[in-house]
Amino acid sequence: MGFPDRIERVLEIAHPPAKVWAALTTAEGLGSWFGNQATIDLRAGGSAQMTWTGGHTVDMWVERVEEPAVFGFTWQIYGLPDDDPRRTYVEFTLEPVGAGTRLTVVETGFAQLPENVYRKEYDGHTQGWASELGELVDYLDAA
Amino acid sequence: MPPDIEAIAEQVFVALADPSRRAILAELASGGPATATDLAGRLPITRQAIAKHLALLADAGLVAAEPGERRRVRYRLRSAPMQVAQQFLAALARDWDGPLDALKDHLSR
Repeated sequence: MGFPDRIERVLEIAHPPAKVWAALTTAEGLGSWFGNQATIDLRAGGSAQMTWTGGHTVDMWVERVEEPAVFGFTWQIYGLPDDDPRRTYVEFTLEPVGAGTRLTVVETGFAQLPENVYRKEYDGHTQGWASELGELVDYLDAA
Repeated sequence: MPPDIEAIAEQVFVALADPSRRAILAELASGGPATATDLAGRLPITRQAIAKHLALLADAGLVAAEPGERRRVRYRLRSAPMQVAQQFLAALARDWDGPLDALKDHLSR
């Protein structure tokens, strides 16, 4: 079947790295082409957020900032529950090519958790729910 | 990449490819743990067919039998395999081509 853990795209852009960098790493840039609105604290460990018309919001954690060559962040895996701890890592790499830029985007981590970890975490959650519902029943029974 | 993830996702998709099994899983998801008899009462599927599907789903780890007398064994949905399959779908649904086109347009303005 082939579980896609890694997504990669390379594109040539007819603009210099500095301009591409600004589009990728500023609130103004991210809020124009990616989200409809954005905030960013551009430093490793900083947080960023993009919001789309309609209310969808994604929180990003900035991981790598090497102006104007590497920008990396993690974000939640779209489609998984909000409280799911798994995040994918996105890294943009900018290389000057003539007057333009070769931009590479790599997103990894779609298959990140070892099976034993997910089983442990999952079983923990299920038992958590089961025992909490049990506790609720006990509580109501006692009342 | 852990080798089991593919196998787990595949079992989910095989399970979901059958409309009766989809109905059983959907019923367990919405109504909580149930016996084969409960399910036969709620779904347009014979009890015998339900038992067969439940055995397959249990083998695949998609449902777990709770201990009990044979006729009263309740089956509970196990969502962990679904979460693995969701990761697969998330990778397919991640659209980079659209945003990257938008980035090019943005820079050309």
